This record gives sequence, structure tokens and C-alpha cells, in this order.
Amino acid sequence: MEKIIVCLKRVVDYNVRIRVRPDGTGVMTDGVKMSINPFDEIALEEALRIRERGQAKEVVAVSIGPADCQQQLRTGLAMGADRAVLIETADDVEPLVAARALLRIVEREQPGLVLLGKQAIDDDNNQTGQMLAALWNRPQATFASRLELDGGRATVTREVDAGLEVLSVDLPAVVTTDLRLNEPRYVKLPDIMKAKKKPLETLALASLAVDAAVRVRSLRYAEPVERTKGTMVTDVDALVAVLRDKGLLN
Amino acid sequence: MARVLVIAEHDGTHLNQSTARCVSCAAQIDPAGADVLVLGADCTAVAAEAAALQGVARVLTLTRPENAAALAAVFAPQIAAVASGYGYVLGPSTTFGKDLMPRVAALLGVGQVSDLMGVDGPRSFRRPIYAGNAVLTVEVPEGLTVVATVRAASFRPAGAGGTAPVEALATSTPVPAHTRFVELRTGSGSTRPDLQTARIVVSGGRGVGSEANFALLYQLADRIGAGVGASRAAVDAGFVPNDMQVGQTGKIIAPELYMAFGISGAIQHLTGIKDAGLIVAINKDPEAAIFQVADVGLVGDLFQVIPELLKKLG
Ligand SMILES: Cc1cc2nc3c(=O)[nH]c(=O)nc-3n(C[C@H](O)[C@H](O)[C@H](O)COP(=O)(O)OP(=O)(O)OC[C@H]3O[C@@H](n4cnc5c(N)ncnc54)[C@H](O)[C@@H]3O)c2cc1C
Repeated sequence: MEKIIVCLKRVVDYNVRIRVRPDGTGVMTDGVKMSINPFDEIALEEALRIRERGQAKEVVAVSIGPADCQQQLRTGLAMGADRAVLIETADDVEPLVAARALLRIVEREQPGLVLLGKQAIDDDNNQTGQMLAALWNRPQATFASRLELDGGRATVTREVDAGLEVLSVDLPAVVTTDLRLNEPRYVKLPDIMKAKKKPLETLALASLAVDAAVRVRSLRYAEPVERTKGTMVTDVDALVAVLRDKGLLN
Repeated sequence: MARVLVIAEHDGTHLNQSTARCVSCAAQIDPAGADVLVLGADCTAVAAEAAALQGVARVLTLTRPENAAALAAVFAPQIAAVASGYGYVLGPSTTFGKDLMPRVAALLGVGQVSDLMGVDGPRSFRRPIYAGNAVLTVEVPEGLTVVATVRAASFRPAGAGGTAPVEALATSTPVPAHTRFVELRTGSGSTRPDLQTARIVVSGGRGVGSEANFALLYQLADRIGAGVGASRAAVDAGFVPNDMQVGQTGKIIAPELYMAFGISGAIQHLTGIKDAGLIVAINKDPEAAIFQVADVGLVGDLFQVIPELLKKLG
């Protein structure tokens, strides 16, 4: 195929212990480390491997969000993407709006495959890929742990509750990635230098004529109800006694 | 007519328990009861199970050969066609529902409330974000269909004793042929209680050390009638299949008793067990994060603790 589009979302790094703002308007992001959503990084790695096997010619990374997303796109370019597109907006982007914006890029670029993470680790929505596939009227294969391309088809192994499900889909298609699909490569310093010269195009979300009306309004953020630290027992006898006492074991 | 439509999850023969939990959630939104939609190549057995749930107004079936496998691209347009008459469309927050429901929402031109964990009002809901480290209250504006996936661990399954009528719907919606089901490989294929419905779950992490060592956990599980789970590290290391993973990217479970052996307690793991009744942690590291959330902790070597437990339990 000619082209693969990979979607990269800028999110709070997965190692950061998140804190809710006291006024409930969001989570604290000032000075917090931001990264590519780990599932999207896996999507990019998969696209690069497909290109390196000679099954695709070009990998285009796309992000939606504020100008700062350029950092994550530059990282994506350093990993090996050929060029990048930033759809810029200062507003929160709902999955349906993201899918509609991505559809515009998909219509322009005509990729053989769109790869994205199964969910973003900030809002944990797990929607954008499925919505894009619906709007594009193309197949979807979500939660992929294995992806094989054969001519105009992809065979995708999906991680589902019952085990592993295998689907065969016609291309073009949308595939969302699970954690066990691959292990993303590390970026090397010379690649970071080279990435600075790769093309990064910026489009205003507003210029894409996408319906961005709010469909799910975020009202309030709160700390979860925390479980409190319990008691420590010193031996197996005491453990068994507690469990029998609570009627959990006989 | 009911205002809430619940999409049934099933394996062709039995209704998945997550559907009964969606019906409970639906009852909180509209006490008048919900309609349950079953899609399949033969819906008879599953529809009968759904009809017997308390709180179900009607069971609707869409029976056609194309519905033999639960393909989102095939199911979504059929559901969207039925959904036009409803204010709410709920599916379970399982891999089935997570795959399918956003595709339905997009066809309806609405958003989705993912992992709905609480109903605050007719259009206002709570859901976990950041791997459960924050809870977001959302509101769906008036006039838009509410599409949601329901976090099973947050709702009790609806009880039995219902006698809803079953109605077959006409199947005229065109469906695509671009997606084909090839096979399902069930991972553990065990006869142990299902992880998501088990009363007791015994779970192993990287500390278990190998696939062979997991035998110890299976032995304990069989003695106490437990399901068996694992951390991502244990799955990644190949000790156990992926369908045993508990956590943010695995299964969210709420057993009465959860026993974690050799699991450090990463937030992505803890998010999967927050609703457990009692969490027991056995770890040889007294500083392990899991002890911060465990109700009962025991610092020790699992290779000594489990055999001793088996001996004491007889
Ligand atoms: C995006 C993302 C999603 C993720 N999703 C999940 C998820 O869904 N589920 C999940 O579990 N993880 C998930 N993770 C991974 C998570 O961050 C941790 O890496 C993982 O949970 C660690 O597994 P563990 O506790 O088994 O291993 P470790 O952290 O290595 O802990 C092993 C523990 O075993 C103890 N131990 C060792 N030997 C013994 C012994 N003989 N007896 C007793 N104790 C012993 C050690 O003291 C240690 O505490 C995710 C990570 C990311 C980035």
C-alpha cells in the first residue's frame, strides 16, 4: 500500500500520579510530563515495521490538539514517521470530533490502513478508532495483538474477553492496538536531529469544517473513593482466621 | 414503550452476565424497564434467558446468518436502525461492547459515555478516567440519544423472575461484507469459575516466576472454588494467556475476595480490582504498593505461603 496513517495523542505520561484540581475543573497538568499515548506509540511502531517490510511506502503521523502536540509529533518523526500533520485546536476534543477531523485527513490522504491506540490513557474512552471506521464506512479491528497484511486484506488477532479472536478485513481498514502487538523502539539522538527536518504541517481544526458541538459535557472531576489501608497479619494462620471469620473460606 | 435499549452480549447459547448488569443500570435510568436487543444467527435460547430477567419490558431479536459472529461493522447499522426509537442505548463495557458501541454512537451522530459507573440523573453520569485515578461527571445534552457502555463491576446483575415477551424484528438493514470472522481461540479454556463472575479470584504476578509455577495458584483456586487472574507482567512473560489479565487494559472485576500473589500493585492493576469486597495481598516486599490498598496483607514468600495455605485448608 502507499500510505499508513497513525494517530498520536498527547497525554499525561503513564508514570505520573494524577491529581484532581481542588476546584474540580480538571486534573493538574502544569509542569507534568507529557508523552505519546502508549497505545499510539505501539500503533506507530507497527506502521514502521510494515513499511520496513516493504508493505507500505509512507507513514504519516497525525495529532489533534494544542500547538504543544508538535513535541509528540516530533518524537513520532524521530521514531521513523515520514511526515506529520497537526490538527490544531485549543479546545477539548471529543472522540466523535476527533474521528470527524481524522476522516478529513483520511479522505485527503487515502491511506490503506489507519492505526491508532485502542484507548488514550487520559480519558480512557476507547472510541475514536471505532467511530472513524463507522464514519468512513470501512472495517474495524480493535484491540489488535497481531496484524498480518496480505494483498488487499489484513488478518488481525484481537485480544477479547474470551481469548483471541481472528478477523479478516478488506483494506482500507482501521486497526486499534493493544499492548502486546509489539514493543516500540527507542529513539536515538541522531534521529531526533533528522526529525527536525521532516515536514510537519499544521491545519486549524476550524478550517476542516467539522461539527464540533459538545455531545458529552464534562461537568466535574473528583478524586475516586480510595480504599483504605487495612491490617497486616504475620502468618498464614492469622490469614486463614480472618478469611474464615468473614465467611469467605470454609 | 421502553426508553432504554440494552444490547445483549452472548455466545450463541447463553446470555453474558454483563447484560443483566446493564439491565440493572437501565432500571436506575428508567424504572419502567428496558428492551433487550439480541442479534444472532439463532436467538431463541439467548432471548429466553433475557426474557426471564427482572426489569426487561420486551426482548427484540434480529436473526440472520450474518449475525452469527458479533462483528461491530455488521451489528452497528442494525442497532442504529432500531435505536432511533429510544432515548438510551446501553451495552456492556466488555470487549464486545467497547468494540461495538462507539460504532453505533457514530452512526447516530452522538458521543458515548464509556464505562458508566454511576447514574446521577437522567442525563448525568459518572465514569472513571486516568485508570480510575479520577472520576468524571458528564452530562449528555437534551435531545441527544445517550449511548453508553456500562461498567459491569458497578452494577449488580438483574434478578430472575421476569416474563417479557419476545418479538422478532424484520431484518432489512443492509450490512457490509468487508469484515469476516475467522476463529476464536479461547485462552485458558478452563472449567474454573469465570474471572468476571467468580466470587473469589486468586491472582498471580511476575513474582510467580513461570508458567509451571502457576500450577500452585491453580491448585489453591481449585481448593477454594476461585477463578484465576494475573497481572500484565505475568501475561507478557507468557506465564498465562491474555484473557486472564486484570486491570486497566484487562478485566475489571469485583469478586467478594481477591487474593494477589507476587503482584506489586501498579495503578493499572489496581484499577481492575477497586470494587473487590476484600483484597488480600501476599508479597515478599513489605514496601510493595499493593499493601497500601489491601484489606489484609501478609509479607511472605508465595512459594511458602500457598503450600501452607493448602495444608491449613485441608
Ligand atoms: C498503558 C498501560 C496499561 C497497563 N495495563 C495493565 C493492566 O491492565 N493490568 C496490569 O496488571 N498491569 C498493567 N500495566 C502494567 C503495570 O504498570 C505493571 O507493570 C504490572 O502490573 C506489574 O505486574 P506485577 O505486579 O506482576 O510485576 P512487578 O511489578 O514486577 O511485581 C512483582 C512483585 O512480586 C513480588 N514477588 C516476587 N517474588 C515473590 C515471591 N516469591 N513471593 C511473594 N512476592 C514476590 C515482588 O516483591 C513484586 O512486588 C499497564 C501498563 C501500561 C503502561
